[in-house]
Amino acid sequence: MINIESAVKISFRALRVNKMRSALTMLGIIIGVMAVIAMLAVGSGARKAIGDSIAAMGSNLLIILPGATTAGGAHMGSGSAPTLTLMDTEAVQKECPAVLDVAPMHSGVAQAVFGHQNWTTQITGSTPDLLMVRDWKMQEGRNFTDQEAKTAAKVALLGQTVVGNLFGDMDPVGQMIRIKDMPFLVIGVLESKGQSMMGQDQDDAIIVPFHTAQKKLFGVPFPGLVRFTMVKAKSAELLDQAENQITKLLRQRHHIGPKQDDDFTVRNLTQIMETFQKAVSIMTILLGAIASISLLVGGIGIMNIMLVSVTERTREIGIRMAVGAKIMDIRLQFIIEAMALSITGGAVGIIIGIVISELIARFSALPVLVSIWSILLGFGFSALVGIFFGFYPAYKASLLNPIDALRYE
Amino acid sequence: MSLIKFEDLVKIYSLGEVSLKALDGISLEIDNGEFLAIMGPSGSGKSTFMNIVGCLDKPTSGSYYLDSIDVGTLNPDQLAEIRNKKIGFVFQGFNLLSRTSAIENVELPMLYNGLSAKQRRDRALEALKSVGLEGREHHHPNQLSGGQQQRVAIARALVNNAPIILADEPTGNLDTRTSVEIMELFVKLNREAQITVVLITHEPDIAKFARRVIHFRDGRIISDEVKSQ
Repeated sequence: MINIESAVKISFRALRVNKMRSALTMLGIIIGVMAVIAMLAVGSGARKAIGDSIAAMGSNLLIILPGATTAGGAHMGSGSAPTLTLMDTEAVQKECPAVLDVAPMHSGVAQAVFGHQNWTTQITGSTPDLLMVRDWKMQEGRNFTDQEAKTAAKVALLGQTVVGNLFGDMDPVGQMIRIKDMPFLVIGVLESKGQSMMGQDQDDAIIVPFHTAQKKLFGVPFPGLVRFTMVKAKSAELLDQAENQITKLLRQRHHIGPKQDDDFTVRNLTQIMETFQKAVSIMTILLGAIASISLLVGGIGIMNIMLVSVTERTREIGIRMAVGAKIMDIRLQFIIEAMALSITGGAVGIIIGIVISELIARFSALPVLVSIWSILLGFGFSALVGIFFGFYPAYKASLLNPIDALRYE
Repeated sequence: MSLIKFEDLVKIYSLGEVSLKALDGISLEIDNGEFLAIMGPSGSGKSTFMNIVGCLDKPTSGSYYLDSIDVGTLNPDQLAEIRNKKIGFVFQGFNLLSRTSAIENVELPMLYNGLSAKQRRDRALEALKSVGLEGREHHHPNQLSGGQQQRVAIARALVNNAPIILADEPTGNLDTRTSVEIMELFVKLNREAQITVVLITHEPDIAKFARRVIHFRDGRIISDEVKSQ
């Protein structure tokens, strides 16, 4: 039996003889693998971006929004009626066993000033638990205390973007900033969280105690009204249970009869995003499948050329058989030749695919991620194409009668 | 026991309705170290005979023993192995791989019996030396004369130390002077290395180099002469 090393050498020599033909045959595989790599890169890039924003948002999150009002038969949308109170929030925290933490939210936009610098940003009032609920960590300084929360102290936690714009390289902790002409003591800086799924900069934020936001900054129609509440369940498995417990509790608290609609909405944000992520995964598979059709076409090209090659080299096959090549030797030679075409094409395709993915990342807003997995897939697929489409020509070559093959002109 | 032994060898080609009896009861023994020429007009069955001796084809009936092996019972892979180990072919049209250097052509039979690259190289160099082609190892067939190409083919036939060389009109494409050189090479190999040479030719001048001459006609042996030394 011929050894593989010699067979590989023979194959590459045969391919070098017809350089143009080999290159054109490989082009089919190159385009196929390139398309698969680029498509999967865009798909997994999108999936990773969503995954990142799920992680950035905080895990196991529910949002409670005050319910829809009906004004003259027109639904005003959730959040339009002031039905959710701080009391509700506290009740959820106390009475729902599946709930870990609750953070009522009240936010608005205002200008923050430090020295000659000013920056207009989102200012969110909440409880100290917000950081816990949103899996947000302190970079330096400290969170505000329950005492500060209760007394509506004028203290602030700054996001990275705000720090950059107001302080530059200076250490902001301990400095005073002014929001709506009131002095606030900067007690802490938050870690960077990056963009949200909607492309919003989550670090462009200032967090103050809930009562501070309500009483001193933005005002409310009546005290204790909550714009919305973020809830963290104890675990991912308990999310559905937490949702049910909250719904039951709030219906009871709001005295809603069995046939009446809820006057609040509980949304499972993680679930929404995971659904979105699943959709992107399916899209990725679909795109990859479409791209792999061109790989199939490339494979047919290889088979075509290998059949031509077997016919052209009938005499060579005859000579090899006469000097002792066995059936498997001939088969191996042609299958390896087909694989040399497809694997070389595959390798070039992978490189071009990576380059194209980088170009997409650079010149469009699409996030791109070339995974090892997709490279292995492209490589394995092209090798398989070589074996599959090389088999028939190799089989045909091995069945030649040596006498006829030697006489072939 | 003789090296090659045929008993009542028959080969029939059926071409649709018509069947052609190419060999019609050949019985023959060839001993180790013989130099045999087979002559006959075209269509006499000598090429068919040659293919059967070379294990490229099987007889329709009758038996063929090569080195006491009954070749008729072997499968295609076993036949390939016999061709690889016991028979060296030299063809009229040289049948070298073009685009492949002389030394790689000579290495070809060794590709199929598991020798290492180093062993292949060494033995190919030795074989090329023995046919007088030292220094031409890396020439391609189209850079060599007809006589030189035939020498490469002979080196290829020798390289696996096969006991038999089958030469099918080896001088058919060569001029007279080169033909004589090639024939002298066969004579030398036969005398010095005790290689059995079976030669097919229709030229009496070439057949003269052999010590035994067999004439074929219509698939039968019509004469079998051994020349006295």
